[in-house]
Amino acid sequence: MISRREFLQASVAASAIVGVSGIGNWSRLAAQQRLTQDQLLQFDTFGNVTLVHITDIHAHLKPIWFREPDTNIGVGEVKGLPPHITGLDFIREFDLTEGSPEAYALTHSDFTALAKTYGRMGGMDRVATVVNAIRADRPEAILLDGGDTWHGSMTSLITKGQDVVDVMNRLGVEAMTSHWEWTFGTERVQEIVDGLPFPFLGQNIFDAEWDEPAFDPYTFFERGGVKIAVIGQAFPYMPIANPGWKFPEYSFGIRDGRMQEMVDEVRAEGAELVVVLSHNGFDVDRKMASRVTGIDVILTGHTHDAIPEPVLVGETILIASGSHGKFVSRVDLDVRDGRMMGFRHKLIPIFSDVIAPDPEMASLIDEGRAPYKDQLEEVIGKTESLLYRRGNFNGTWDDLICDAMLSERDAEIVMSPGVRWGASLLPGDDITREDIHSVTSMTYGECYRTEMTGEFLNVILEDVADNLFNPDPYYQQGGDMVRVGGMGFHIDVSQAMGSRISNMTLLKTGEPIDPARNYVVAGWASVNEGTEGPQIWDVVESHIRKIGTVKLEPNSSVKVTGV
Amino acid sequence: MKLSRREALVLAIGSVAAAAIPMTAYAAVEEAIATFTGGAAVGDAGVTLTAPEIAENGNTVPVSVSAPGATSILIVAAGNPTPGVCQFNFGEAAGAQAASTRMRLATTQDVIAIAKMADGSFARASSEVKVTIGGCGG
Repeated sequence: MISRREFLQASVAASAIVGVSGIGNWSRLAAQQRLTQDQLLQFDTFGNVTLVHITDIHAHLKPIWFREPDTNIGVGEVKGLPPHITGLDFIREFDLTEGSPEAYALTHSDFTALAKTYGRMGGMDRVATVVNAIRADRPEAILLDGGDTWHGSMTSLITKGQDVVDVMNRLGVEAMTSHWEWTFGTERVQEIVDGLPFPFLGQNIFDAEWDEPAFDPYTFFERGGVKIAVIGQAFPYMPIANPGWKFPEYSFGIRDGRMQEMVDEVRAEGAELVVVLSHNGFDVDRKMASRVTGIDVILTGHTHDAIPEPVLVGETILIASGSHGKFVSRVDLDVRDGRMMGFRHKLIPIFSDVIAPDPEMASLIDEGRAPYKDQLEEVIGKTESLLYRRGNFNGTWDDLICDAMLSERDAEIVMSPGVRWGASLLPGDDITREDIHSVTSMTYGECYRTEMTGEFLNVILEDVADNLFNPDPYYQQGGDMVRVGGMGFHIDVSQAMGSRISNMTLLKTGEPIDPARNYVVAGWASVNEGTEGPQIWDVVESHIRKIGTVKLEPNSSVKVTGV
Repeated sequence: MKLSRREALVLAIGSVAAAAIPMTAYAAVEEAIATFTGGAAVGDAGVTLTAPEIAENGNTVPVSVSAPGATSILIVAAGNPTPGVCQFNFGEAAGAQAASTRMRLATTQDVIAIAKMADGSFARASSEVKVTIGGCGG
């Protein structure tokens, strides 16, 4: 019998995109001619069960540019393991070709040039085409949504997630789990969930007062003659990473002890295949897979990683399907005699110029946008620089947002959250209001202005750094380092909490930060109730209008060591 | 080197907690446990402690303990100014030797549970609970 590892190798070879090579020197047309929808969808149907996974679309319904991170540091046991490899290392690890469509989709290398060659990615109308094609091939395929779905765009903010809910219902999602959904508040979440034609799963969502389970932990499917259990795992650190006062009724947490109980329970009820639909983040899922036995597949989410091969932990395979609608994962499984015997997987890149939009979905999306079209598409300015966010430390979008706060809020130091959502813009692109919302939209976007001591600023940096670089994944919240403007610092990621940050410097004067002095600080996305200030997207819009054209200098204010 | 039971116990606690705890609090933790165990050896099997990895609210952190066959369970918050949290005693008619409560944690610290078994032996479990200022989740 073929081992799982051998099987994986064979399936990766079989699923690789064929017929493309070269280093970004073709015209767009040539790329389209050489890369076809059939190639992207090519899949040798396998076994008797198909899972389709999409996650972390963050309400991005239209195709976008999305640059993957240049820095994604892994600490402790996961150092150097996927997803903690980037750029050329990533290309080498997965045997990709520099300049190929896969390299463009999966890495930041040569991003601007390759973007012009291969075009935008994502778009839920293209995703619909892919899902429909998979269903044509395997009608009983199960479509699962890993959450971070309803939040992240101007239209989703205005409609409180409704535009995205309509799209996902049309797509035919069959179960989901959650994270940013909760930032719309308990009442709105319950209103939407009441109307969903599928379960909203979370074995780790508890009633905060009585510490009792509050949502369905799992659901069963009978497909291809197989009884399949899908267990939901919501983002564990909801009330810590996001404003808990918007959903005070609920408590979350990893609760891997209960996960084990749920796995045992569904097995006892006859499940032959156990799938966890998770919003833990990749490293947390990797650890959970090593502690909970009996899970066949974890469909991971939250940390936005796109990994072209499943990662194996014992007998469990972990699937990472990227973010923002850039990818859809198809996982075919052979389930016999009550166990998973083999799998075949493909991370399908959604090249928007290659995959034809599904007309019905395209019109649904456009109908949702129509009332706000003028607001969305109003040009605020232009950028000469590549604008991106994704990475452990400041991206250029973050630098622009920080500059806006420094200038518009007259602050000495500013802080911007290290979230992983938000699309990129290419040099030469117009910046529309919708583009600004892509990197700022949220239900708690007030840009505060306050005073903090140097000592407290240090506490914040140490605290956030430990959320990212604690060697135990269970103590990581996902997300990236808080972005800072007006102040530089050094960070040694190999140190313990309290010892990572040093050399904090006020950039304006070059002087060291005085722990005892008060500094005027602006920031946004505070988790505290009652935060006051203008909305961050208005602050950024006002700044861009004043400068007209965005041109950013390379930012060297953060020095990283201990990698 | 041959350690006495007492020295081994102190070392075992020290290795996980000493770095973060001032000596006075450390002594208080040691004293609270020693008072409960009478200085007896403490094993590491037989008691299950369930606490969140990161507290959602440091002012009210849920914790559950379970130790089948125990007569009492002591909970200590090693980093609190007053480490003793509570002691559960189970009578002979108790259906299960398990309990839950909530406690306030001053800072990131280890929470320790010590169970006294019916045969007079002791078992220990501990879990680090992080108390964070939060924000910035992606």
